[in-house]
Amino acid sequence: MESFSLLMQGLSTAMDPVILLYALIGVTLGTAVGVLPGIGPALTVALLLPVTYGLDPAGSLIMFAGIYYGGMYGGSTTSILLNTPGESASIVTAIEGNQMARQGRGGPALATAAIGSFVAGLIATLLLAFLAPQVVKLALTLGPREYFALMVLAFVTVSATFGDSALRGLTSLFIGLALACVGIDGLTGAARLTYGVPQLMDGIETTTLAVALFAIGEALAVAALMDPPDGMHRVKGSVKMTREDWRRSWKAWLRGTFIGFPIGSMPAGGADVASFLSYAAERKLTKHPEEFGHGAIEGVAGPEAANNAAAAGTLVPLLTLGLPTTATAAIMLAGFQQFGLQPGPLLFVMNAELVWGLIASLLIANVMLVVLNLPLIGLWIKLLSIPRPWLYGGILLFATLGTIGVNPSPVELGMLILFGVMGYGMRLYGYPVAPVVVGLILGPMAEQQLRRALAIAQGDWWTLVSTPVSATLLGISALFLVVPILMRLRGRGAVLSQVAGDAD
Amino acid sequence: MSQVNPSERRPRWAAFIIAAGLAVLAAVILRDAAGLKQDGGYAGVGPADVPRLIAYGLLVLAVLTAVAGLKGNLPHPPRQAPAPVLWIMGGLVGQLALLHVAGFMISGAILFGMTARGFGQKPLWRNLLVGFALAFVIYGVFDRLLKLNLPGGPLEMLIFRG
Repeated sequence: MESFSLLMQGLSTAMDPVILLYALIGVTLGTAVGVLPGIGPALTVALLLPVTYGLDPAGSLIMFAGIYYGGMYGGSTTSILLNTPGESASIVTAIEGNQMARQGRGGPALATAAIGSFVAGLIATLLLAFLAPQVVKLALTLGPREYFALMVLAFVTVSATFGDSALRGLTSLFIGLALACVGIDGLTGAARLTYGVPQLMDGIETTTLAVALFAIGEALAVAALMDPPDGMHRVKGSVKMTREDWRRSWKAWLRGTFIGFPIGSMPAGGADVASFLSYAAERKLTKHPEEFGHGAIEGVAGPEAANNAAAAGTLVPLLTLGLPTTATAAIMLAGFQQFGLQPGPLLFVMNAELVWGLIASLLIANVMLVVLNLPLIGLWIKLLSIPRPWLYGGILLFATLGTIGVNPSPVELGMLILFGVMGYGMRLYGYPVAPVVVGLILGPMAEQQLRRALAIAQGDWWTLVSTPVSATLLGISALFLVVPILMRLRGRGAVLSQVAGDAD
Repeated sequence: MSQVNPSERRPRWAAFIIAAGLAVLAAVILRDAAGLKQDGGYAGVGPADVPRLIAYGLLVLAVLTAVAGLKGNLPHPPRQAPAPVLWIMGGLVGQLALLHVAGFMISGAILFGMTARGFGQKPLWRNLLVGFALAFVIYGVFDRLLKLNLPGGPLEMLIFRG
C-alpha cells in the first residue's frame, strides 16, 4: 500500500503540464526512432543527453524513459511493413508480422502489436512500482562485494551469453573496459592513460562513444552495403482486429508480459532475449502450429508485449541498484549522472518525488503511445518515405551536434570519427557494439566496488565469494559464461545467435 | 561470398590484424600502468592494478582471436563498396576541419551533403542546399532557443548577428 500512495503522489507530479509535455516529446521521438531504421532508442537518448544539459532533470529523465518505451512501440511498425526491424527487440516480430502484411493483414498485425505493447507496458510499469521498493530494501543489505558480483553478472550476460561468439562479445566488452580506464581514477586521483591531454582527464564521454558506435558506425556499414532494401507493404483494409484475433491475442499478451518483465529486470540480456523467448513459447503453445511462419498473430502479439515488459523491467535494476543491463539503460544512467543523480537505493530516499514522478509518467506515456500508434499510424508510415540519403545525412548532422554542443574541440570530434570507424570495423566482422558501451559505463563502477570490497577485507580476495549472495551471483556468472560456449561447441549455437541484439 | 566456400577454412588475415590491435592496446595500458604510483592502501589494489587485469584479459583475447583466425573462424563481411565510405569520411573530416573557420552551418551542410552523396543521392549541390537548410534550423533552435553553444562563423554572424 505504501507503493500505492507513493505512486499517487507521483501521478500528481506527472500531471504537471510541463512534465506532460516532456513525456509527449519523449514518446513522439521514441516512436519516430523506433519506426526509422538505423536509429534505436540507445542512440536517441545519447544524442539528446547533451541537448538536455540545461533543462529540468525530472523532465529530461521522463523524456528519456518515454523514448525507451516509444522505441519499443515504433519498432514493430517497420518490422511488420518493411521486414526490416527498426530496433533489435523487434526482430522476432518481423517473422510473423511481415507474413501477415504480405497477406494483407498488416492492419491487425499493427493493432495487436500496439495493444499488446499497451497491456504489457501497463502491467509491467505497475509491477515496477510495487517491486522497486522491495528491491530497494534488499539493495540496502548489499555491500561492495555483492555489487561487484552483480556487475560481473551484467558483464557476462551482455557480452558472452548471447550472440554467435563468446570470444567476440568478450573482446567488445574488454575494449569498453580498456576505454573506461582513461581518465582520473575515482579513488586515488591518479591520471590514467591521459598523456597530458586535458580532454582525456574526464575520461571518454559516454555520449561520444555511443553516438560514434551507433550512428557513424551504422551509417558507414549501411552505406557500404550493396543490396537494395526490401519494398514496403501497404496496409490494406482497416486496423481493426476480428473477434478471432482478440481471442488469440490476449493470452499471448499476458504470457509475453510475464516472460518479458522478469527477463528485463534480471541482468539477463534485455528486450531482445525476452521477445525471442516469448516467440518460442507461443510457437510451442499455439493451437495453430501450421500458421507459424506464415503469419500467426500470436507470434506478433507475444513478442511485442514481451519487449515492452522487458523495457519496464530493465528500469528495476537501473533505478534501484544503479545497474544498467542494456545499452539504452547504460546511457540513461549517464543521463542521471549528468544531473548529479546516482540511481540506487538512496535515490528512492533522496529524490523520491523524482523517482515516483518518473514511474507515474511511464503510465501516462503508455496511454499517449497507444493513441499515437493506433489512430495515427498512417503518419508514422509517411516517415518511412524520407529518402534514405537525407535521413542518414540528418542522423550524422545530429550525431555531431551533440558532441559539438558540449565540447567543440577537434580532439572530441576526432575521437567521434575514430570510434565511428571502429564501430564500422566491428560491424563488418560480427563484433557486437553494445558491450563496449556497457563496459565503458559499468567498468569504473565495478572497479570502485572491487577495490572497496578488498579494502574492507584488507586485501583478501576470498572476500569476493565469502557471502552466499556474492558467491551465488559469481557462480551464475560463470555458468552464463561457460554453458553457452559448450552449447556452441556442440553445434547448438544457432539458438543463441538468434537472440543476439545490439542497438537496444 | 557464399556460406560454403573453400576459403572459409583458410587463415584469416583480418583476425590477425584484430589480434595485433588488441595486443597493442594491452601493451599501451601496461606501459601506462607501470608509470603509476602504487598506493593500494588497505585494499592492496591500487590505480594500476585493474588496468593491468584488463590488459591481461586483452592479451588472452588477442591470442584466442589469432587462434580463431588460424582456423578461419571469423565471419566474412558482405561485399563492401568503398566509395560511400570515403564520401562519408570526407564529410566528417571536412566538418572537423572547417568547424571553427566556417562555422556550424557551413560545415554541417558539407557533412550532410557528402553523406547523402555517399548514399547515392545526386546532385551534390542540392544535397548541400538541403543540408544548409537543416543546419540553419538546427542552429536557430539549439543555439538561439536552447542556448547550446555552437561555433559560429561569418554566416552565423551575418544572419544571427553573433
